[in-house]
Amino acid sequence: MIEAVGLTKRYGSVLAVDDLSFTVRPGHVTGFLGPNGAGKSTTMRMILGLDNPTRGQVLIDGKRYAELREPLRSVGALLEASWVHPNRSARNHLLWMAKSNRIPTRRVDEVLEQVGLTSVQNKRAGGFSLGMSQRLGIAGALLGDPGILLFDEPVNGLDPEGILWIRQFMQRLAAEGRTVLVSSHLLSEMAQTAEELVVVGKGKLIAQTSTSAFIDQASESTVRVRSPRLDALRQLLLGKGHPVDYVDGTLLVRAATTEHIGDLAAANGIPLHELTTQRGSLEQAFMQLTGDAVEFHTHLDSAAEQAPELTAQGANR
Amino acid sequence: MTLMAVERIKLVTTRAPWLCAILALGLTVGLAAVYAMQADHEVAISGSQLGIPFGLIVVMVLATLSVTTEYRTGTIRTTFQAAPSRVKVLGAKAATVAIIAGVIGEVYSFASFGAGQLLARDGAAPLSTAGDWRQVAGAGLIYAAGAILAVAVGILIRHTAGALALLLVYTLMAENLIQVIPNVGMDIHPWMPFHVGQKFLSTDGPGVGFFPTDDITLSPWASLAYFAAFAVVLLAIALGVAKKRDA
Repeated sequence: MIEAVGLTKRYGSVLAVDDLSFTVRPGHVTGFLGPNGAGKSTTMRMILGLDNPTRGQVLIDGKRYAELREPLRSVGALLEASWVHPNRSARNHLLWMAKSNRIPTRRVDEVLEQVGLTSVQNKRAGGFSLGMSQRLGIAGALLGDPGILLFDEPVNGLDPEGILWIRQFMQRLAAEGRTVLVSSHLLSEMAQTAEELVVVGKGKLIAQTSTSAFIDQASESTVRVRSPRLDALRQLLLGKGHPVDYVDGTLLVRAATTEHIGDLAAANGIPLHELTTQRGSLEQAFMQLTGDAVEFHTHLDSAAEQAPELTAQGANR
Repeated sequence: MTLMAVERIKLVTTRAPWLCAILALGLTVGLAAVYAMQADHEVAISGSQLGIPFGLIVVMVLATLSVTTEYRTGTIRTTFQAAPSRVKVLGAKAATVAIIAGVIGEVYSFASFGAGQLLARDGAAPLSTAGDWRQVAGAGLIYAAGAILAVAVGILIRHTAGALALLLVYTLMAENLIQVIPNVGMDIHPWMPFHVGQKFLSTDGPGVGFFPTDDITLSPWASLAYFAAFAVVLLAIALGVAKKRDA
């Protein structure tokens, strides 16, 4: 279990983490979600005792990281896959880590096997691809068979196969009863990996909730309808008080169910060619919630946010 | 002990320390051999130990790299993750590097002496007095202290280029240039740490040796203590800074 209480980190005039309190429980993958620059990595470094909090503290099973004896046996972490010496072999990298916490050498072979690096264990880590480096980092995290695992943006830059592997790996670790905290700036990624979410923006806690509750709350669903008599259907729906958008020859109906629209169309003899529920874009929902919590706004961002509104307005007339 | 074993593994599993050790071998024993072969007189102890100060600089480069590469590659964070007590882990690093540097100094100084004995055409001075022994066997102690100092500088500066530039400019130039400062220069110079440390490896008596240390009033052993104390104090400061700093 990880407990952050009033965690605050100030770099000069920048408040990177602002009075952040959250709890990460065992048995689930917990997503640590927030836009780039939200303070996720800083928070993870503070969990590991690498950065000192300006205020507040973070406890691991009730202890500060510095108080842990042989900490690799309690907490495994992959913050940056590049944190290896490029000229040291993968095996030697794990060997010194194991030695430092009196972990038997046998474990080095086990974790190499587990992440599938046995065949390249004597190759220099500097020659590894990003995916292999990521696996080496995970091997290091698993070395002490820890109950708590931290991963910072583990799927960044990986190919689909690598992403799937890491996703399943983390879920398996959580299923074994471990505490798994994974950071990401992509809600869509977290939606597929994490059961619980800690959402941050500009260093502040935005929400701590289950992923499904967060998505339900964050995104409203719309129903997409195609019909040869679209205009008649539109009048009907507007008459019933449903907000309707006309986009590319289809109707997008908000705050309605497929059952309701289907029944309405049938009762009025309107044939339907398509009737589907559409989840609002997770990324849009996420942007809505973290809205002004994004640190660096660009003009491109604001243009992208405005674009859908323009289409919708045009269609309403 | 565990942490020192870890530091030993880290050192021997990368190339840079080995390259530094080989380079130091060439600068010490190699130089002694060339000197002995060319000398048309009896080779003094100081003659065979001619390259020891150059070897010291290379060993200090090794010591600096042992810290700064960890900061450059980020393995220092993995290190602190594995052992959160920074004073202990960096202290273990300083101790390990000091021991390795000491062994290098000892082996190379005796090998240099041996090269003089074997290769000098007109013979070489034997180890007869306590001062002779100190000149040769003392190299390991100076190397160890120098390594501690270099580790401290590495911890404080963290960047390879910056730390090396500071160490090289300081040892090769700054201490000597101090002398040209009007009025006080000549008074400060006898207290510059590397200059003082050199006295420990110098021949007794005035004006002998390649690096005159006549202006130093301290005895050879007091000189060693002074140099070592300087290194240890700098390490203590570095550890204090590392403890407070974000990794």
